[in-house]
Amino acid sequence: MVTEIKSESKELTNGYLSGSNLEKILRGGHFAVTGELGPPQSADGEVIREKAALLKGYCDAVNITDNQTAIVRMSSIGAGTIVVQEGLEPVIQMTCRDRNRLAIQSDLLGAYALGMRNLLCLTGDHQSFGNHPESKNVFDMDSVQLVQAVANMRDECIFQCGDAFKGIEPRFFIGAAAAPFADPIDFRPYRLAKKVNAGADFIQTQLVYDVDAFAQYMEKVRELGLHEKTFILAGVGPLKSPGMARYMKNNVPGILVPDEIIKEMNAAGAPWAGKKKEELTKEDKKARSAAWKETGINICIDLIQKLRAIEGVAGVHIMAIEWERAVKPIVEGAGLYPRPQIEETVSEA
Amino acid sequence: MIIAEQKSLDEIKTLIGNSEKVLVLGCGTCVTVCFAGGEREAAIMASSLRMATKLEGKSNAITDITVQRQCEWEYLDQVAEQIGEADVVLSLGCGIGVQAIAEHFPNTWVVPGLNTSFLGLPSEQGVWEERCAACGDCILGLTGGICPIARCSKTLLNGPCGGSEDGHCEIDPEIPCAWQLIYDRLSSMDKLDVLLDLQPPKNWKTSRDGGPRKIVREDLRLLEEEE
Ligand code: SF4
Ligand code: SF4
Repeated sequence: MVTEIKSESKELTNGYLSGSNLEKILRGGHFAVTGELGPPQSADGEVIREKAALLKGYCDAVNITDNQTAIVRMSSIGAGTIVVQEGLEPVIQMTCRDRNRLAIQSDLLGAYALGMRNLLCLTGDHQSFGNHPESKNVFDMDSVQLVQAVANMRDECIFQCGDAFKGIEPRFFIGAAAAPFADPIDFRPYRLAKKVNAGADFIQTQLVYDVDAFAQYMEKVRELGLHEKTFILAGVGPLKSPGMARYMKNNVPGILVPDEIIKEMNAAGAPWAGKKKEELTKEDKKARSAAWKETGINICIDLIQKLRAIEGVAGVHIMAIEWERAVKPIVEGAGLYPRPQIEETVSEA
Repeated sequence: MIIAEQKSLDEIKTLIGNSEKVLVLGCGTCVTVCFAGGEREAAIMASSLRMATKLEGKSNAITDITVQRQCEWEYLDQVAEQIGEADVVLSLGCGIGVQAIAEHFPNTWVVPGLNTSFLGLPSEQGVWEERCAACGDCILGLTGGICPIARCSKTLLNGPCGGSEDGHCEIDPEIPCAWQLIYDRLSSMDKLDVLLDLQPPKNWKTSRDGGPRKIVREDLRLLEEEE
């Protein structure tokens, strides 16, 4: 059912579309690790530097969220610029919620000029979730159209309107998101196909906790041949508490959390389970939280091992937002440290 | 049809202010069908206002009348006299009715009694739902007769987004996901392959984004001149 992908027309420079570290890692056949860095709700660049320091060396690139959950934060490109200065590679996120096609394209030209090389194209959470629910949304394009527009800027040197432009084109390594367990579930592999056909070079999935369900999804993805046309990074994230696990299971669309994982998290808090809320001292709570977090990290490591064994999974995307400290033990624990260092390719004469 | 609902009595009282003679003007078309501003609602509104002003010790002259359509000059002309006498016209028509009165009667102060909500239909007794956003370039032929412009919270053309769950939209469990509906319908009609095509960005020029819209039918215009 999937139409021809136009990978032939993708022009490679020195064998790469963008030459980003992430692209080099993936094309080099290494199992990639990306992380996530959430910019602050302020103009404080120091926050970005501190978080970057926690992630540097442990991720091949880090996603910089774009007003995540529709809450105003430092811009992805602004924060990404600081990340570049810190010697870490950003994946700029761009949602369709806040910008029309003019703003998106001009911001991306600027982002490329500032040194950004990876881009994740997203539809974006609806503004009703965030802190400006009375705002007007844009959604001039959707994420699939955005992928195509960016691919056309890179591969054809044309803007979305069809006008050709001269000079330097923005050569992004283009990513898109996939939600394997959102409804209608049967359509999900085909929607992924649409993104790949539109030009997505890599995919980061929604959080996976149910490996069996994900394996089934990947089976369909392989049947469609998509794993050979794009790099699929499975999304993982450490749980902080059983409450967080239950919340994700019950309240976040498209996330499946198997009962065994909730049980495992509960078990970690067992020594304190008999006590009532009032009886727990500060120290108790601290110890319990540490036990939960340790288990959360271990579950995450275990998930990575299992996901890595699935054919077509090219890497993991670790989402530990506001818990960047967890990335180091996860990457180390999963045996993914140190990260491969890719030599600069010699340019063709 | 156009679906509207009444503003609160408090807001309406503020809009009327100190005007002595108030004409509550109902409309016999869309807003009658959605029980927001027809003859019955106009009469009830007038008596509510009478009661409210009486309680405040005032004796405003509040009358009501309903025309078949507030959005056409010929129907407005039929009540020109009553409109002329009023200090304020409280229109229970949609926003088009209010503007038609303002446009047709330059000396009349007119205020809206309704909030014009959307273009939709009654899905069951007492429930109205949006169906069309008048985008000016109908794509229902691509989506199995279900409109993602009006009914998908993000106006996606290549949906559904990752927020679709159990048939409802991520923003509210009460709102059906338009793309789930589209998927189900195309699936039941064995036309799912339609969804595999990448829909290009929409031309929003024909919608409000292109500026206020106008349709000129020369064929009809000429006919009028021949009359
Ligand atoms: S596609 Fe446009 S014209 Fe057609 S129903 Fe939707 S909003 Fe209305
Ligand atoms: S959940 Fe469905 S209706 Fe809501 S924004 Fe996503 S695709 Fe549109």
